[in-house]
Amino acid sequence: MIRHFEKAVADIAANTFLNSITVITIAFSILIVSAFGLLMLNMSDFLNIWKSGIRVMVYLKENCNEQNRLKLEKAIRSVPGVSDLKWISKTEGLSRLKEQMKNQPSFLADLKDNPLPDAFEISLDPSHQHPDPISRIAAIVQKMERVDEVEYGQAWLGRFAGIIGLLQMAGYAFGGLFFMAGVFIVANTIRLVLYSKRDEIEIMRLIGATDGFISAPFFIQGSIQGAAGGLLGTGLLYLVFSFISLKVKGYEIVGPVSIRFFSPEILFGIIGSGVLAGLMGCYFSLRQFLKY
Amino acid sequence: MTHGSRKTPIIRMYHVYKLYDSKSALSDISLEIEENEFLFVTGASGAGKTTLLKLLYFGESATNGQVIIDGVNLLRIPKHQIPFLRRKFGIIFQDYKLIPSKTVFENLALVLEAAGHKRKFVEKKVKSVLRIVGLEEKQGALPPSLSGGEQQRIAIARAVIGDPKIILADEPTGNLDSGSAEIIFDLLNRFHKDGSTIILATHDPELIHSINGRKIVLDKGQLISDHKIKEA
Repeated sequence: MIRHFEKAVADIAANTFLNSITVITIAFSILIVSAFGLLMLNMSDFLNIWKSGIRVMVYLKENCNEQNRLKLEKAIRSVPGVSDLKWISKTEGLSRLKEQMKNQPSFLADLKDNPLPDAFEISLDPSHQHPDPISRIAAIVQKMERVDEVEYGQAWLGRFAGIIGLLQMAGYAFGGLFFMAGVFIVANTIRLVLYSKRDEIEIMRLIGATDGFISAPFFIQGSIQGAAGGLLGTGLLYLVFSFISLKVKGYEIVGPVSIRFFSPEILFGIIGSGVLAGLMGCYFSLRQFLKY
Repeated sequence: MTHGSRKTPIIRMYHVYKLYDSKSALSDISLEIEENEFLFVTGASGAGKTTLLKLLYFGESATNGQVIIDGVNLLRIPKHQIPFLRRKFGIIFQDYKLIPSKTVFENLALVLEAAGHKRKFVEKKVKSVLRIVGLEEKQGALPPSLSGGEQQRIAIARAVIGDPKIILADEPTGNLDSGSAEIIFDLLNRFHKDGSTIILATHDPELIHSINGRKIVLDKGQLISDHKIKEA
């Protein structure tokens, strides 16, 4: 094994330009696919944070007395997926609004009456914090007596989930495409090396070298190319990530925005996929070249 | 066709044909070669000498007929067994076929490394074989820096380093002056005396009559003569 490794390293050193091009191309393929992956990861995180903060607001019709309100509360609590319910009177609603708009006091300064309706704020079980169950719960509550309107940011939620789904599909497509490109590039590099060494390989076969013995340095070479491409690609991505995370620091959307990089396990998987592309590239070239 | 003793033949060929694009290179060759025989394969250029050797180490496969090497029928040999078949042979070519980018030491070591030997053994064996062919001091040289005769001695060293049962030599002295050719032939003779089976394709009559052996003659792919020769 050490012999094969030494031979692979010697071959890489002897063809520096060709190997560098291969590593850089793999690195860029991995950079693009990983960037997609990282975007999806952080968008999913954001969606999860947002979903965990989801409240379904139930606005009541005018003239809902205490008895009706208690009846309605009982009915809403019995809906599957509802974990908690909070009564927000129109007075409390207005004071909340004033607190939220304290920077623009002029908007509310001229109000003579409280225009807000009484409301319930529904919290949901984590298992129901997805677009479909939320809209199902909203539809059930909407049909209840004394309920005027149910609001939960439906358009936002659906659109955001849709974008993530689309990105996921694009990510898979790009991933597949760039993986194949990586395999193809390594296959071509190895093919060129094999071609330049065809006499040597022929002699090795004549002296009784097995295909495994002949192939091993090439597989090691392909693995090194794939791993180096993976490391370079994820390294570049980390630089870009560090730059962006500095820029978004201090922004607030639902809460403070924080973005994260891949976990070591995922990074290992990405570099592993580079190695796999290298091995597959070698396999395809060698399979053609070593036919008896 | 068997000559002399009752030893088991190490090589057997039965009604072997070889066609290249319907052109016959060998036709109906039947031959048995015993262990430790020194066989000269002779004939004019294009008679089929090289093709015959190639069929033995599976450099080519027979179009028809059977080739059996040390009990292995090449008609039925699985692909993964071909390298192990080739380790039974040490092959010497007219054009040496040394790897020019590797040193003499590396060229020889490759045979043993391919067979899975440990580094220490490889170093020891390479040095001892280089001593036999008289080129111990050339172990760090690259083949192109050596003379033709020296390169062929290295090729012989490579052929014998794995202790093969059979040494195949295809016109080993074809590119050499008479002095170098004599050294090469002496080496082959020495390995023969040590127990190797030697099959040497040549059209050099000087070589043929200098040894007790056997000579077959090919003409247009056919075996036209097979007889013993006496040392001159």
